[in-house]
Amino acid sequence: MADSELALLLARIQFAFTVSFHFIFPAFSIGLASYLAVLEALWLKTGESRYLDLFKYWLKIFAIAFGMGVVSGIVMSYQFGTNWSVFSDKAGPVIGPLMAYEVLTAFFLEAGFLGVMLFGMNKVGKGLHFAATLMVAVGTFISAFWILSVNSWMHTPVGWAMNDVGQFVPEAGWWEIVFNPSFPYRLVHTVIAAYLTTALVVGGVGAWHLLKGRASPHVRTMFSMAMWMAAIVAPVQIFVGDLHGLNTLEHQPAKVMAMEGHFQSHPDGAPLILFGIPDSEAETVHAAIEIPKLSSLILKHDLNAPLDGLDTIAREDRPPVGIVFWSFRIMVGMGMLMLLLGLWSLVARVRKRLYDWPLLHRFALLMGPAGFVAVLAGWVTTEVGRQPWVIYGLLRTKDAVAPIGVPGVAGSLAAFVVTYFLVFGAGTIYILKLMAKPPHPNEEDVADAPIRTAGITPAQALDRDGIHPRPDKQEGAE
Amino acid sequence: MDLTIVWAVIIAFAVAMYVVMDGFDLGIGILFPGFTVGKERDQAMNAIAPVWDGNETWLVLGGGGLMAAFPLAYAIILPALYAPLTAMLLGLVFRGVAFEFRWRDPAHRRWWDAGFCGGSLLAAFAQGITLGALLQGIHVDGRAYAGGWWDWLTPFSLLTGLSLVVAYAALGASWLVWKTEGRLHDDARRFASALLPVFLLLTAAVSLATPFLEGQYYQRWFEWPGLIFTLLMPIAYCLTALLAWHGIRRGTDATPFLATLGLFALTLVGLGISIWPDVIPGRVDIWQAAAPEKSQAFMLVGAAILVPVILAYTAWSYWVFRGKVDEEGYH
Ligand code: HDD
Ligand code: HEM
Ligand code: HEM
Repeated sequence: MADSELALLLARIQFAFTVSFHFIFPAFSIGLASYLAVLEALWLKTGESRYLDLFKYWLKIFAIAFGMGVVSGIVMSYQFGTNWSVFSDKAGPVIGPLMAYEVLTAFFLEAGFLGVMLFGMNKVGKGLHFAATLMVAVGTFISAFWILSVNSWMHTPVGWAMNDVGQFVPEAGWWEIVFNPSFPYRLVHTVIAAYLTTALVVGGVGAWHLLKGRASPHVRTMFSMAMWMAAIVAPVQIFVGDLHGLNTLEHQPAKVMAMEGHFQSHPDGAPLILFGIPDSEAETVHAAIEIPKLSSLILKHDLNAPLDGLDTIAREDRPPVGIVFWSFRIMVGMGMLMLLLGLWSLVARVRKRLYDWPLLHRFALLMGPAGFVAVLAGWVTTEVGRQPWVIYGLLRTKDAVAPIGVPGVAGSLAAFVVTYFLVFGAGTIYILKLMAKPPHPNEEDVADAPIRTAGITPAQALDRDGIHPRPDKQEGAE
Repeated sequence: MDLTIVWAVIIAFAVAMYVVMDGFDLGIGILFPGFTVGKERDQAMNAIAPVWDGNETWLVLGGGGLMAAFPLAYAIILPALYAPLTAMLLGLVFRGVAFEFRWRDPAHRRWWDAGFCGGSLLAAFAQGITLGALLQGIHVDGRAYAGGWWDWLTPFSLLTGLSLVVAYAALGASWLVWKTEGRLHDDARRFASALLPVFLLLTAAVSLATPFLEGQYYQRWFEWPGLIFTLLMPIAYCLTALLAWHGIRRGTDATPFLATLGLFALTLVGLGISIWPDVIPGRVDIWQAAAPEKSQAFMLVGAAILVPVILAYTAWSYWVFRGKVDEEGYH
């Protein structure tokens, strides 16, 4: 492998590594921020303290996840320049402003109200505090809005012209660029994915405590809420995913061919390949298990509709089939399992066994991390399926990379890998530790959890507006 | 009106906001080992925990804004400063998570405290090196960086790195003088009075070295009309420094911080005088690097409305957490 190829490969690995790690946190915190807002709203409306306890319980977890999201995100905003400088120079005039809007409308909003959300309950009163929680939740959504618009533009670039130094510059109105053809689908699909991911985590934690015999009202409430989400949202997600796929078929047919494993064209109805081993060299799928004509039915709503295969695409323009084929199946498989979980929970409700059906709880526990798996698999499908282009059909990934030699990229990649595993590994352990304890009445604040004797804002001797009862124990003093 | 100039000012503003706001919390990180384990450290942490994320967002605006308004500059500077910027990012990872992690894991609190300090130190040093490397000049060929892997590393960039570390530490110490009481407050005063002279010396050294780096700076400062500034700046500088010194020794608790801020502001103005109107000194000016007007205009609508709003709610969140903090939090 030539040095420049190796440097390119390393740069791609580094980007994929850092962005995948980053996305794990937003996938959780977008959903969790909304869940927290719902919990606080329920508490304000009903005055039932279990909602406040759940709010405080998940707030502590949110604080850690959010912090990791922020630091991994800051890395991302510099990756474009350090590793993809040619891309930044060329695409900056179009996507730069969208990212600037993300900073102005989302990041500042989240950061500005985060402090109050985490530490300010006693300082600003209930109403304002709820407003701060809402702002953080809205901020996470706005953040997804802009960054997904950017990403979608790279998949379905419209409204651009090329200037005389080879930069993409805005040509049509900004509306057209922001709402590029794949954006609405990607936004809806990704935000729902974040909600599902969070619901499954909450459900998994609930299931764990139910299995441990801690069926307190708190645990029941959160388990039930999560199962409602799974039951309602999983089918919606599958439906939206289908629409997303149809949109992709229209704009990036080669990606769909890779997802389906269609090396050959099928003039009269293409089969749906369930499983198999794609072989790009031999242009075939070994040991394929297929259902005749089903792919045409799904993609064209007609059993006999012709479907082109990768044989219609020049070899140098084809995405790597194996990765896309498998990651797509992993995502869809997870989606189906989520659907199953949702349906099962409905059955359990009807039979009034939601809280005492250990097998269901085991399944829910196993599905706890499924959202993360699906989300990452989905992104791998999307991004690898776009290859070899970084701006689809216009700019090749290999022409977008920064002039950094192998030692530089290899060194930074190693540093990122070590740091991320160490730091985010520790963070994950802390989150799991918090989850291992059940929520309980008089849940501590972010600030005065027993270990945090000297919390951040907390621990006023007197509670000014009686928002939260004092924790009855103050153990763990240093 | 020339949007390119407007954007240059906005980005300079974002960078200045970043330097000042993250400056004091990085500074507290740098001083962290100087505080006794236990209450004193908790208190120092509490003085910044609710606001650090907002402070750091200015860095994202600086970087993101540069990409959007001056994509060519972003595309040349970032690869040129690959190593220090990567180091900075890694440093920020460690210190950013320490805010939460140190409370979650008392058994390893010392490690996260070390990460908090080390990360802050690394980030500050790398930022200083970045500044120095930019000032001393970057090799550009066409639309790309054309220098070597180690170009950024020179005695001058090491000097700027060290200066920024000390400058942040001084700012952090004076913030603590303002925001805390008791033992930590007294310690902070001691640190501030030890750091201020070093800070002044190093800034003087950087200021004296800069004009001799490149023809451009020399002309700027030693030829008419720059000469006015050359005469005025040191006077303003000395007066502000005296105020800071007086504040640390005797004045009200807010004076040291405000006066140190004044020193930062003057330094930034000085930098502006040296560099303007280039983004990459001596190589690329803001008009060469600028994005098309359509991109700049679109963003300007947002910035004009949102930056004031952001400043307002940021001020509000500082207001919510106003007053002195003790080890128990705010009261
Ligand atoms: C909980 C997460 C989750 C679940 C259960 C699913 N997806 Fe998904 N999918 C995503 C999370 C996701 C994602 C992470 O959000 C992606 C990556 C990029 C994007 O736009 O959404 C994605 C991408 C993605 C793409 C690629 C679009 C493109 O790049 O052009 C397709 C075709 C689908 N999905 C289709 C489906 C189908 C048919 C599903 C039915 C089971 C499904 N997804 C379940
Ligand atoms: C957060 C979820 C995301 C994940 C998990 C993800 C994953 C990936 C992966 C796996 C690659 C490597 C593809 C390959 O090289 O074969 C990649 C490439 C890339 N992605 Fe994404 N991506 C995400 C979001 C985004 C977003 C939001 C953007 C744009 C704003 C983006 C921009 C890019 C760019 C510029 C590359 C270029 C490198 C390349 O194509 O190899 N990604 N991403
Ligand atoms: C390559 C693409 C990406 C870049 C450059 C990027 C950049 C950033 C930055 C700089 C931050 C920190 C903001 C702060 O200082 O508060 C951040 C946080 C965040 N990002 Fe990303 N991001 C990317 C991909 C994504 C994607 C795909 C999503 C969602 C769909 C997303 C959603 C968020 C959210 C919700 C936060 C808030 C922190 C959190 O929730 O953990 N980002 N991102």
